[in-house]
Amino acid sequence: MAMQKDMMGRAVRDSFAKLDPRVQIQNPVMFLVWLSAVMTSVLAVASVFGVQDAGVPTYYVVAIAVILWLTDLFSNFAEALAEGRGKAQADSLRAAKKDVEAHRIESVEDKEHFTVVPGTELTRGDLVIVRAGEQIPGDGDVIEGAASVDESAITGESAPVVREAGGDRSAVTGGTTVLSDWIIVKISSEPGQSFLDKMIAMVEGAARKKTPNEIALEIFLVALSIVFILVTLALYCYSCFSAGLNDMANPTSVTTLVALLVCLAPTTIGALLSAIGIAGMSRLNEANVLAMSGRAIEAAGDVDILMLDKTGTITLGNRQASEFIPVDGVDPAELADAAQLSSLADETPEGRSIVVLAKEQFGLRGRTLEDKGMEFIPFTAATRMSGVNYEGNEIRKGAADSVRAYVEAAGGVFSAECDEVVERIAKAGGTPLVVAKNRRVLGVVYLKDIIKSGVKEKFADLRKMGIKTIMVTGDNPLTAAAIAAEAGVDDFLAEATPEGKLEKIREFQREGHLVAMTGDGTNDAPALAQADVAVAMNTGTQAAKEAGNMVDLDSSPTKLIDIVRIGKQLLMTRGSLTTFSVANDVAKYFAIIPALFSPIYPGLGALNILGLASPLSAVLSAIIYNALVIVALIPAALKGVKYREVPSGQLLTHNLLVWGLGGIIAPFVFIKLIDMLLAFCGIM
Amino acid sequence: MSAIIQYALYFAVLIALAIPLGKFMARVMDGEHTFLSPVLAPVERGVYRLLRIDAGEQMGWKRYLASVLAFSGIGLVVLIALQMLQAVLPGNPQHLPGVSWDLSFNTAASFITNTNWQSYSGETTLSYLVQFMGLTVQNFVSAGTGIAVMFALIRGFRQVKEQGLGSFWVDLTRTVLYVLIPLNLVFGICLAAGGVISNFQPAQKAELVEPVAVQPNADGGWSVIDGAQIEGDTVKVDGKVVEDARVVTEQFLPQGPAAPQVAIKQSGTNGGGFFGVNSAHPYENPSAFTNIIEMTSLLLIPAACCFTFGIGVKNTKQGKAIFAAMFILLVIFTGVIAVNEHAGTPQLADSGAVNIEMTDGQAGGNMEGKESRFGIATSSTWSAYTTAASNGSVNSMHDSYTPLGGFVQMLQMALGEVVFGGVGCGLYGMIGFAILTVFIAGLMVGRTPEFLGKKIEPGEMRWAVVLCLATPFAILVCSAIACMVPGLADQLNNGGAHGFSEVLYAFTSCGGNNGSAFAGMNCNIPWINVILGLEMLFARFMPIVGTLAIAGSLAKKGKVAESAGTLSTTNGMFVFLLVFIVLLIGALSFFPALALGPVAEFFQMIA
Repeated sequence: MAMQKDMMGRAVRDSFAKLDPRVQIQNPVMFLVWLSAVMTSVLAVASVFGVQDAGVPTYYVVAIAVILWLTDLFSNFAEALAEGRGKAQADSLRAAKKDVEAHRIESVEDKEHFTVVPGTELTRGDLVIVRAGEQIPGDGDVIEGAASVDESAITGESAPVVREAGGDRSAVTGGTTVLSDWIIVKISSEPGQSFLDKMIAMVEGAARKKTPNEIALEIFLVALSIVFILVTLALYCYSCFSAGLNDMANPTSVTTLVALLVCLAPTTIGALLSAIGIAGMSRLNEANVLAMSGRAIEAAGDVDILMLDKTGTITLGNRQASEFIPVDGVDPAELADAAQLSSLADETPEGRSIVVLAKEQFGLRGRTLEDKGMEFIPFTAATRMSGVNYEGNEIRKGAADSVRAYVEAAGGVFSAECDEVVERIAKAGGTPLVVAKNRRVLGVVYLKDIIKSGVKEKFADLRKMGIKTIMVTGDNPLTAAAIAAEAGVDDFLAEATPEGKLEKIREFQREGHLVAMTGDGTNDAPALAQADVAVAMNTGTQAAKEAGNMVDLDSSPTKLIDIVRIGKQLLMTRGSLTTFSVANDVAKYFAIIPALFSPIYPGLGALNILGLASPLSAVLSAIIYNALVIVALIPAALKGVKYREVPSGQLLTHNLLVWGLGGIIAPFVFIKLIDMLLAFCGIM
Repeated sequence: MSAIIQYALYFAVLIALAIPLGKFMARVMDGEHTFLSPVLAPVERGVYRLLRIDAGEQMGWKRYLASVLAFSGIGLVVLIALQMLQAVLPGNPQHLPGVSWDLSFNTAASFITNTNWQSYSGETTLSYLVQFMGLTVQNFVSAGTGIAVMFALIRGFRQVKEQGLGSFWVDLTRTVLYVLIPLNLVFGICLAAGGVISNFQPAQKAELVEPVAVQPNADGGWSVIDGAQIEGDTVKVDGKVVEDARVVTEQFLPQGPAAPQVAIKQSGTNGGGFFGVNSAHPYENPSAFTNIIEMTSLLLIPAACCFTFGIGVKNTKQGKAIFAAMFILLVIFTGVIAVNEHAGTPQLADSGAVNIEMTDGQAGGNMEGKESRFGIATSSTWSAYTTAASNGSVNSMHDSYTPLGGFVQMLQMALGEVVFGGVGCGLYGMIGFAILTVFIAGLMVGRTPEFLGKKIEPGEMRWAVVLCLATPFAILVCSAIACMVPGLADQLNNGGAHGFSEVLYAFTSCGGNNGSAFAGMNCNIPWINVILGLEMLFARFMPIVGTLAIAGSLAKKGKVAESAGTLSTTNGMFVFLLVFIVLLIGALSFFPALALGPVAEFFQMIA
């Protein structure tokens, strides 16, 4: 709560600081309001000293000037509030970036002799050694050693992660802390360019550039403003001329015209535009995703193909044994026994699931490796089997073709029945694991991929929105097809290689699709670089992070779906508030035009359909509404408009009803209420 | 009931003819074989050889634009010269003097921009040579230019990562040769057969059935004396002799090659009448038969353009959607005019002197300024058509419409002439609005906007707003300046709200490149001629620049694949939104102006 108050206080202070014209000019619509405020202030001062604007009282001019300044401040407040969240996040990141001493070494061999240098002076290529309890001084790759690292400063995740030399878990980030052991890190970033630096800049909004879509919208808003400037200028001329045709003095005051201009100009969206963009970025940050540019978030809204890794996204990370299928008349219990024995020392989830299944189905339990002097044979790339040797027995389990080769090499038979079972399992999307004892095939263990609950519905929703999901897996096409059908994805890429992924992305892009993918390994880098939205896992390698345009700090494979949602929501918020802003103008015209012209043509009073108390109160009510609506819409701008996974037509209808029709009706209601309040208070 | 049948018939004929013509034009655009090819293909090749046109050239948007501007610029200069020198040139049996510089500029600007605003009366100002070789030629090529630019836009949508938009010279040649000349040959013959004059005789004189008495008025002209008794050469009013009165016994009957010019002025959305009162003149539009031909041809090509666009961008549904949006607007506007004109005004009804009932013998309603041979339904439909299309020809006096009737006429022009609009330009104007609509609506479905598979980005938006807002910009700026020039009020027939309407109408008509006149305002004075001329040039060429720039930018882009998440631009919702955005932009830009003119007048009327 104190935090909230603090943020509010900071936002209020910033709102005033942002009144600087050099800041205002960044936002042309609000700059117009700023100029109008200056102009009416001058008129107000002149009015106080007796130089009257055509027939309007001093208090009216002063009131308009004050409201115009408030309008500007409200807009600044919205922006400051949006930035505030980022600033708070940046502050905590900065705390992590406090100066650390680095122990620089000359070479990997000579790790005992180091020189102490400030972490900020490290450049690309320097080697540092980091021991338990020390903070890693900069981004880099582990080139020797392994350590558990606390990355909570960046990810907010308290569980430590292992970082080790070689492979896909070698990247470390400056500002994280080594908890145990030691590592030698080769620094990969220049001073001031580290991941943490970029992150701070991003969340603070310092590196925020207007995105193409924002620029396009701004062009529309500026064009509308220019037309309204012309409308009000022309109005003054028309009014002079018409008054002349009716032989009377021009009754239109400059103050009222300025008020009309501000009312008509798309100030609502103009005021909230930058807040919407910043808030979109912070929503992404809250989801623990770091976008390298605002552009990437917008692209996420456009994505229509998601390339999802099977493991972790569509299926639970591991396959589980679901059935023992004996062949050639073998007793099921014998198969289960052999399978369990061979898996006792197998620490993989698959292995453990075999032990559990055997226990559940056949009550086999309580054995350890020591029992029979068993020797565990681990899985190797050469044999592609694992197993156990005990008391002269030899049990092996592995993929069908490896076991076939193993059995047949010893003159054994790999029966047609076994072949059939293997094929049946593969077709059903499972993984067959053939078990052989003493070079005789006993049967097959059916390993099943477990589809995550709810993904099928999720994909159906995505499909309704026009987003296709492509499952990427290293499985063979048969298995992949079965899982794809079960999970309800639209297509799959089986036996995927990094090159295959890259080619698939290119193919989709040629057809005009926008593709999103996640990746972590170095070999994912080319595909990540090619994809329109590329989310690199924070656990991934430096190369992957650099190739992607977002980093997922949680390294969660399902994050892609959230990113798409945030991107769409950002664009929808922009569109909805623009619609609302423009729709508001209808009511404002009905409030102000009769007020302006009824002195010339009393008949135009009939357009005062709201029955506003007086011309002056009509203009004041409209401009007060115009200022207050900005405040009222700040929550919508910061949180984003409601988002549902439905087809575009339904989304459009819904948003048009809420923001379009609402935008036409709301000002009629509220301008009338404000007018009644003004009349009630006797101000007018 | 008979009136409703008339309206329905007019709409039905229009749609029935527009669809096949649209298909035909799409074939012409791509140089495909048509039933006219056996005759015209050799002519087309001859033209290219003669003018050294490379028929296969693919121009980038800047080169295409430069060609359009150069062609129009030369047309402007030639037309000014023709008018100023008409006294020494042949083809001038009336021996009319050379036209003043400002009127020449105004008229030249008016005809090259397909506006056909006329600050003059054709029969008393321009020689046959100017009419025939100057204006009629521009009637063809300015219309052709509009269609050519539309073709370029279509290619912009169709091209994928390319530069070329086709060749302006080829597009212009094909449009004139295959579409405009054959179509107008048919129309011209039909009109001549229906009684529209077509000759090279000097004006004729005819004896009046009943002589009339006139006397000089304050403007330096002559006014008819009411209730005069004519005895030979003396004129008496209530028994007293009026000294300066004159008796008129003969009528001046202008002649000339009207039928061909009338055909193209209608079908090319030009609108410049051969005679001052345009198609209200019995020599220009004698009967119901010629009227339905003229009226249908007025909207025919603009309506066909919708279908051409659909076929051209390989999305016929899109063409139908654009047509639907335009047609809905047309029906609404025709309806408003019709209801108001049929109802007449309380003042007409109150006096009791006018019977505004609809009976077998008369159309009823507000017949002031309307030809009795056309009546309310036909006059209202024409006025709706002519302000919808940027045509501007009239068969009735717009100044005499009821306030809301006049309001609709002005509004249609102020919208930027996108309710079918001018040939070609109405379509590309509407595409500008479609881009704006797609932009807002596209964002609301959570995607960066796209139209026909092309992303709408800052480049397109910049030019789309130029395209859509050039008309409001021109009208607001020029009318505001004019209002501040002292002495404008002296050029008006009326004071008050109607006086302002007269000013607003003139500037709206030129800013919309329409050219129809409310009349009631004398525009043939130098500063008004110049400002209106500049307004017409701006309102014509800024959108062309915008359109070609958009086409160039779109051509370079790849195509985005369509999915369920893509905003449909062909369904009812989009049509509704497009209509809404067009009305909204128009209303926001012109509500104050219209409030001081027709709207104020309306409230005065019912007060």
